[in-house]
Amino acid sequence: MQKVNRLQPFFENLVFEREDNRMIVNFGPQHPSSHGQLRLVLELDGELVTKATPDVGYLHRGMEKMAENMIYNEFLPTTDRMDYIASTSNNYGFALAVEKLIDLDVPRRAKVIRMLLLELSRITSHLFWIACHALDVGAMTVFLYAFREREYAMDLFEEYCGARLTHSAIRIGGVPLDLPKGWLNSLTEFINKIPAAIETYEGLLDQNRIWKMRLEDVGVISPEMAQSWGCSGPMLRGSGIAWDIRKEEPYELYDEVEFDVPVTDRCDCYGRYKLHMQEMRESLKILKQLIPMYKETKPELMADAPRYISAPKEQIMTQNYSLMQHFVLVTQGMRPPVGEVYVVTESPKGELGFYINSQGDPYPYRLKLRAPSFWHTSILQDLLPGQYLADVVTMIGNANIVFGEIDR
Amino acid sequence: MRAYQDKKNVQAKAYYNDRFYVSPQIPKEEVSSDEIFAKDVKDLESAFSVKEAYIQRGQLVVYINADDNLKVMEFLRDKLQYNFLSELSAIDWLAKSGEFEIFYQMLSTSKRKRMRVKFFIKEKEEIKSVTSVYKSADWAEREMYDMFGVRITGHHYMKRILMPDDWHDHPLRKTYPLIGDEEAQWYEIDKIFGKEYRDIIGPEERDSARIVEKDTHRFARVKHEVPFGAEYSDEETQTEYQEEGGIPIVRKLKKSDVKILKERP
Repeated sequence: MQKVNRLQPFFENLVFEREDNRMIVNFGPQHPSSHGQLRLVLELDGELVTKATPDVGYLHRGMEKMAENMIYNEFLPTTDRMDYIASTSNNYGFALAVEKLIDLDVPRRAKVIRMLLLELSRITSHLFWIACHALDVGAMTVFLYAFREREYAMDLFEEYCGARLTHSAIRIGGVPLDLPKGWLNSLTEFINKIPAAIETYEGLLDQNRIWKMRLEDVGVISPEMAQSWGCSGPMLRGSGIAWDIRKEEPYELYDEVEFDVPVTDRCDCYGRYKLHMQEMRESLKILKQLIPMYKETKPELMADAPRYISAPKEQIMTQNYSLMQHFVLVTQGMRPPVGEVYVVTESPKGELGFYINSQGDPYPYRLKLRAPSFWHTSILQDLLPGQYLADVVTMIGNANIVFGEIDR
Repeated sequence: MRAYQDKKNVQAKAYYNDRFYVSPQIPKEEVSSDEIFAKDVKDLESAFSVKEAYIQRGQLVVYINADDNLKVMEFLRDKLQYNFLSELSAIDWLAKSGEFEIFYQMLSTSKRKRMRVKFFIKEKEEIKSVTSVYKSADWAEREMYDMFGVRITGHHYMKRILMPDDWHDHPLRKTYPLIGDEEAQWYEIDKIFGKEYRDIIGPEERDSARIVEKDTHRFARVKHEVPFGAEYSDEETQTEYQEEGGIPIVRKLKKSDVKILKERP
């Protein structure tokens, strides 16, 4: 750590006049392919990494502290800022945790809309991932193509809730809005457009010599390592462990739709790349099944639980007690029962968990965010030694880390 | 008179509480209601002392002794097939009982079950690191130390993770002030320039929406304008207009007077 003579420059990354081939390199925090503010202190022997120390915390905003000082509904928009690539998945994780805490069942139409948004955000996230990952490795074309397709998904979000990145389109107890007219048609168009796009990416990358050279047998995470480091999502399934929370501990209507969980035992970056591509296809499959399901549902959007959730607007404007209850819920906040829950959802990055300890107050006594990227960054210190400096970028990009989530 | 605020817990509190309101409780089910959990607890009890065990919202919660944590983790991984440590953190009960509650959130993919191992420690009590059993505890323990100041022994690199190394206090403690943190407002000035510059620079402005009337670098007062950075003055600014023979500010623009130039003069 820098000391005493503060106005003097301090070169902690440079070691002058050494006879061996060793060097310490400060990778980041402003490196374009560190995907945010990741500082990696790499000890190199020639070009071989001998020790890696990831340093995070540059985007720390104290979300857990904020959560302890906000009523439950107030905190929901803050979760947008965790994994800002797929913010709906965070909103959903939090909303589901609170719903589990107060034991609430959500109307079926809200469930379908939530799933539509979740799968759409999974596709957005994966498209963003392939774009940036390809750019890091040197494939500029894929970046441009994938961003174009991502834009279509963002348009769908914009049409639904008005926001493109920070949606907050899921509330505790349901969703605030029904789908606008013609939205499902736009979605169908989107669903028809994407498979060809995925094929284009694969056509560009699958047999691409440079892509293969840079991804194959790079960043090998053995199943034991993945378990010990608490990997989840594609990082875990890339190591041959078939564990998808949507399948194993189904929430919403995931037990009613048909989809496969792609798994590979290649354990390397290339395997995980194929996995992401396949996952997008599975998401499209789910979206396709949800369209007829939506049409069969009744129009209720918010759960009926006057103790915790405000009544619909019409009722508030016509019924005195609903108005009073709404006033109390907005000014004081809901008071969930005393107890604790740990609720997980499968976010595009992996297992997103919310631990809530409630003491019956309108503020959670303790809220712990289990963000998958945090654990996937910690594995870097085990993964990078023995690899070459050029592969560091591949592995960071491949781990699909987002700093809003790591530093919280 | 200002209401007394307990310094042991300075977090936001509900401003109104119904005297007769009794919070409902999330039911705690018997362990025997679930076969797999019942067997797990039985196995655990045979090797360690289990203080309390129940099922809440489908997950097993087990209270153990603080000294046993490392051995229990090893047992859970090797004997009971809990192959993931998915989360680990503390809860601050210092104001209530002077204790931290530590929890380990476990997952078994083969049994498809999640359980929580918990125990209490006193404020300055040390706990053993479980990084030798689950490597995922590495950063989680560092975060726990950073946020709560829970002391951990046997960790290979015990250092703050999210806050700067020389940060004062642990932010997630209930005693940590929400605003007006004396140490924090000088932190960057001390760090970048040194303590001796405190008088020159002044404390960090923590309210981003604050308006400083006399600051002419960032604010201008209508009809009292002064040049950028000049001394604040209360006198009214003299505005000159073209019609009155002043600088070229036109008071009223007539369309007939407008000339369009072909070239910039």
